[in-house]
Amino acid sequence: MVRQTDLQPVAGGGLLDRRLFLKRGLSFSVAVALAPETLASASDNERLAWMQKPGEPFSNYGQPSPHERKTIRWTMGNSMAPGNGVSWAPLQDMEGIITPSGLHFERHHNGVPQIDPDKHQLLIHGLVNKPLVFDMATLQRYPMQSCYAFVECGGNSNAGWREEPIQTAVGYFHGMASCSEWTGVPLRIILDEAKLKGRAKWMVAEGADAAVMNISIPMEKALDDCLLAIYQNGERIRPENGYPLRLIVPGWEGVLNVKWLRRLHITNRPVMARNETAKYTELMPSGKSRQFTFVMDAKSLITSPSFGHKLDNKGLYQVSGLAWSGRGRISKVEISADGGQTWAEAQLQEPVLPKCFTRFRIPWQWNGKKMILKSRAIDETGYVQPERDALIMRRGRYGYFHYNAIVSWEISPEGSVSHVFA
Amino acid sequence: MFSRSLMLCFCFCLCHGVQTEKSGPNLGRAASEDLIKNWNIDVFPDGEGLPAGNGNAVTGKRVYEAHCLSCHGVDGEGSSADELAGARHSLTDNPPDKTIGTYWPYATTVFDFTRRAMPLNAPGSLSHDQLYAVTAYLLYLNGIIKETDIINAETLPKVEMPNREGFIQIGTE
Ligand code: HEC
Repeated sequence: MVRQTDLQPVAGGGLLDRRLFLKRGLSFSVAVALAPETLASASDNERLAWMQKPGEPFSNYGQPSPHERKTIRWTMGNSMAPGNGVSWAPLQDMEGIITPSGLHFERHHNGVPQIDPDKHQLLIHGLVNKPLVFDMATLQRYPMQSCYAFVECGGNSNAGWREEPIQTAVGYFHGMASCSEWTGVPLRIILDEAKLKGRAKWMVAEGADAAVMNISIPMEKALDDCLLAIYQNGERIRPENGYPLRLIVPGWEGVLNVKWLRRLHITNRPVMARNETAKYTELMPSGKSRQFTFVMDAKSLITSPSFGHKLDNKGLYQVSGLAWSGRGRISKVEISADGGQTWAEAQLQEPVLPKCFTRFRIPWQWNGKKMILKSRAIDETGYVQPERDALIMRRGRYGYFHYNAIVSWEISPEGSVSHVFA
Repeated sequence: MFSRSLMLCFCFCLCHGVQTEKSGPNLGRAASEDLIKNWNIDVFPDGEGLPAGNGNAVTGKRVYEAHCLSCHGVDGEGSSADELAGARHSLTDNPPDKTIGTYWPYATTVFDFTRRAMPLNAPGSLSHDQLYAVTAYLLYLNGIIKETDIINAETLPKVEMPNREGFIQIGTE
């Protein structure tokens, strides 16, 4: 039973105790994206159409319900080169922490290669005593393990640097981040087999796509927790996510997680590729640029309610969102419903894994007035997600990459949600 | 074949977790010199990896007009694809102008990237002479070398880029 005292706010704007979810007898309103459709018109004792005849037969590969056709990646390709661009994961339509493989965001420099796995090989050479080649069948015989990790593009959320808040669904603002169970061979095993030389300090990873994308990674990270991933969410990695082999570099910039991996060049210095000099570096107001900004710092965002959702009436709502940090576990997510004056701790859904999406929730009693919702992530290293002003003070507005400021949603008295800088 | 005890000790460890196994079944094949030579296209700032061949901006202009202009615009000023030259502002202006001339720290990267990825609609289609020539043209358009300067494995690493000292390496801080 819920007592009246349970509904006492724990912070301004109507935020309630996060443990309220565990109590029974409480019903929540859900923010909806669309006007509610007319309910099935059948009276209570009549069978609905799909209960009056046998259903569809089996299918070889299941598809989402036709009613979920709007839950898709938004894509943006170059006019002269449709395979150059990005697609965003629809975070506003998703729950939990795993991104379905078909909705995982994409960044391709020159399209998705259609790789025949029987012709795919991985070469390791450079500062090793034994240069080696592996085909996929051989790699399949190695001991595997799973890694639950987010992959986030260094350019995710870059609309945040603009002067005006962008009014678009949260997925099309922050959806160049996704989270999967990646399964494959720990990179360290293969590096050990090749026998690194003493001067081996960097590893240049290269993909087998038309852009032959390459990038340098410090050896310390390569030997720490990198994975040669063959499976994503239980099935072979999708072509657009690196089939048949992807390097997973947990917690670090998406561009380092080289797709279609075919070569690892062990070196004593970085190669200074285009994607670690001209791009994926952040120009600061001083005119100097930050380079090798590998770690994706802590970020959080409320996915419900968020832009495009509509609150029907005042009352109890569940605020739900995602938080993650490239430095480790999320230790706390705080929510404010009064524009950042007071904060309440959200409930973190188990499991809370390092370098992985973490789902947070908190009950909230909306009084029907205009207010501003914010979330703030704190990770196990003590790093606190910054306010936008503080981030811009440090970095200026032209760094483009690594925008991780607190996101603010304004709820209007009519219940619509807009993005604000507050 | 894996022995059962080997399998047991490999099971159930997450990548962020407890213990990671140290060794595998050692099934990698020795990579031949030829394979490495054919696959290794990395070019380093000191010139390691640069192939034989040469070119200058005069011939490079022709390569550019035939193979690059359609996406990067006249004189590299940008079109459907990135601006490559002709910066009108500096890096400290609002907004700044990032081109090869104002931003790129190493000239070798121009050759490396063009060889591996450009032209976007036919990557890998240019000869080494064409690649040196178009690299020379892009450096010339950015006011970094003269039109007749010969660019090759010797001269390219010596080209001094204006923003060579513009980067602060953050690493894993
Ligand atoms: C079909 C269009 C197209 C053609 C033709 C083309 N490019 Fe590109 N180029 C692109 C696109 C798109 C990008 C951005 C690639 C990415 O997103 O990784 C690019 C990127 C580049 C860059 C990196 C720019 C930066 O600031 O990071 C360079 C240098 C470049 N191209 C040189 C060339 C040269 C030299 C040629 C001719 C030999 C050429 N391109 C032909 C489309 C094209």
